[in-house]
Amino acid sequence: MEPFAMIEKTNAPAVEGLFTMDLHEPRLLGTRCRACRTYFFPAERTFCRNPACDHSDFEDVRLSPTGKLWSFTSANYKPPAPFIAKEPFEPFAIAAVELEEEGMTILGQVADGLGVAALKTGMPMELVLRELYQDEEHVYYTWNWKPIHGGSDA
Amino acid sequence: MSKDVAVLGAGMHPWGKWGQSFVGYGVKAAQDALKDAGVEWKDIQLVAGGDTIRNGYPGYVAGATFAQALGWSGAKVSSSYGACATGAQAISVARANILAGLCDVALVIGADAAPKGFFAPTGGRRPEDPDWLRFHIQGITNPTYFGLYARRRMEVYGATPQDFAAVKVKNSRHGLHNPNARYRKEVTLEEVMSSAVVADPLHLLDICATSDGAAALVLSSMDFARKHTTHPVKISAVSTVTPRYPNDIIEMPNLATDSKAGVGLPEIGFKESIAHGAYEEAGLGPEDMSVAEVYDLSTALELDWYEQIGLCPPGDAERLLRDGDTSLGGRVPVNPSGGLACFGEAVPAQAIAQVCELTWQLRGQAEGRQVEGAKAGVTVNQGLFGHGSSVICTV
Repeated sequence: MEPFAMIEKTNAPAVEGLFTMDLHEPRLLGTRCRACRTYFFPAERTFCRNPACDHSDFEDVRLSPTGKLWSFTSANYKPPAPFIAKEPFEPFAIAAVELEEEGMTILGQVADGLGVAALKTGMPMELVLRELYQDEEHVYYTWNWKPIHGGSDA
Repeated sequence: MSKDVAVLGAGMHPWGKWGQSFVGYGVKAAQDALKDAGVEWKDIQLVAGGDTIRNGYPGYVAGATFAQALGWSGAKVSSSYGACATGAQAISVARANILAGLCDVALVIGADAAPKGFFAPTGGRRPEDPDWLRFHIQGITNPTYFGLYARRRMEVYGATPQDFAAVKVKNSRHGLHNPNARYRKEVTLEEVMSSAVVADPLHLLDICATSDGAAALVLSSMDFARKHTTHPVKISAVSTVTPRYPNDIIEMPNLATDSKAGVGLPEIGFKESIAHGAYEEAGLGPEDMSVAEVYDLSTALELDWYEQIGLCPPGDAERLLRDGDTSLGGRVPVNPSGGLACFGEAVPAQAIAQVCELTWQLRGQAEGRQVEGAKAGVTVNQGLFGHGSSVICTV
C-alpha cells in the first residue's frame, strides 16, 4: 500500500536547450552563423563571435554525435555545488572530445564509471545521455562521452 | 615616449591560512610597500585595488576598502577584477595613469582570504554562466583543466608524471628561504608521486593550494622616482591581451572551445600571445630575461609556460627542467620565489606578488634565492575567461 511509490519519474534535461532528450541517439544542440559558418556550443543567438563577421543570423544545428579524444583526466574528489554528487561519491573520468566537422572540442564526463585506464588519446568517442541526479518527480540527465565499442586501438 | 614606470616599493603579507579579513592583509602589504618606497600614505595620488569576489561587497570595491582602512586621504581610486590576472589589471591602471601624466605616484594592492578546497562559483541557478554550468552539469573543477593539459603534454611530448613532480621539487627548494611563502619545506619526487591523485595524471602536490595573502607596490613616474632613489627597478611592459579568434584550446571555465570550422586559426595562440605582447612593448625578447615568475597552478602548467614565454621551443620544457636551466644557478631560473607551489593562490594578490619578487631579484635583495646578476625578468599569468597578464621588469 504505497501508492506514491508507483509514480514514474519524468525524464528531464538538467539544463534546458543543451541537448536533445533522446536516450538512444542524443545530440548536442548548437547554432551556426549563416554568414561565416562558425559553430557555437552552447547555442549563440545574439551576435557572431567571429570578429570578422558582423552578422547575427543563426541556424539551429545538432552537433556531430562522435569525435576523437583530445585529452582526458579524472575527478577523484567530489566537486563542490552546484554539482550534485551521488552519495557515496564515485570518482569519474572527464573527456575532451574533438568534433571534426564543427572544429571544436567539447568536455564531458566519461560514461558508466569508465576510468582513465580505459582511455587513449585519439580514440573515437560517442555522445550518450546519463542520469545526473534525481528529485521526487524527475530524473535529470546530462551528456557523457563514451568510447565507441571496439574503438580503443583505432 | 618612454613606457617605463618605477617600482619604488614592494611589500607583502605572508601567504597562509590566517583566518583574518583580507583588508588587514592588504593594509600590512601596503604599509610595507610605502616604507620600502620611502613614501608616505598621504602622498599617494591613486589607489589601485585588485578585487576579491569571495569576501562580500568590500572585496568588489577593494580600492576604496583599502583607502578607507589606510585613512581617507582624497586619493583617486580604482578597483579592478580579472580573476587570476586581477593584479595585472590593477598594475595596468596605475601605470596608465602615471604614463598619461594624470598622477605621479600610485599604490597598487591585492589581497585575499581564500576558502578551503576547490574554488566554486557563487550561488543561485545561472545556466547562462559558463562557470556555473560546468560545475553543475559536468562536475568540472579547475583541476580538471590542469589534468587535461598535463595529459596532453604526456601524449604530445612524452612528458611523464615524474617530470611534473620534478617541478614541485625544484620550486619547493626555491621557496625554502622565502619569508612570505606558506610552504617552506623541501618536497621529494617520492612524496609528490605518493600523494593522492586529484585529477589524473596530477597528484595533490602537483596542484597549488588556495591561500590568504597580500601584495602591494608603490609605482611612480621616472621623474618622481629620481627624487627618491638612484637606480629604481622599472616596469617596462604590461601585457593584458585577450585571445584571438578562434581559440581552439579548451579554457577555464568553458565546456567547449571556439569553432575553427569557419575561420582559420590565428598566427599565435592565446597563451603564447600573453608574454609576446609584453616582449614587443618592452623591445626585449626571451633571450634577454634573467629570471621568470610563471603561474604554476599545476606543475605541468609551469612546463607549458616555459614554451609559451619563449624560453624553449615546444616540447623542450622537460629537457630544460632536467638540465637545471630553470633552477636557481641555471640559465634562467623560473619561480625563484617558490611560485604557487610554495605560496598557494591568493587570487588578486598573485600577479602583484610576481612583480614584488622580480623587484627584489633585480635589486639583489632576494636573500636565500637570489638570481645572480639579474637584469630583467618576466611574469606571466592568465585569468579566467581570457585575461592575459604579463609584466616585464628591468633595472
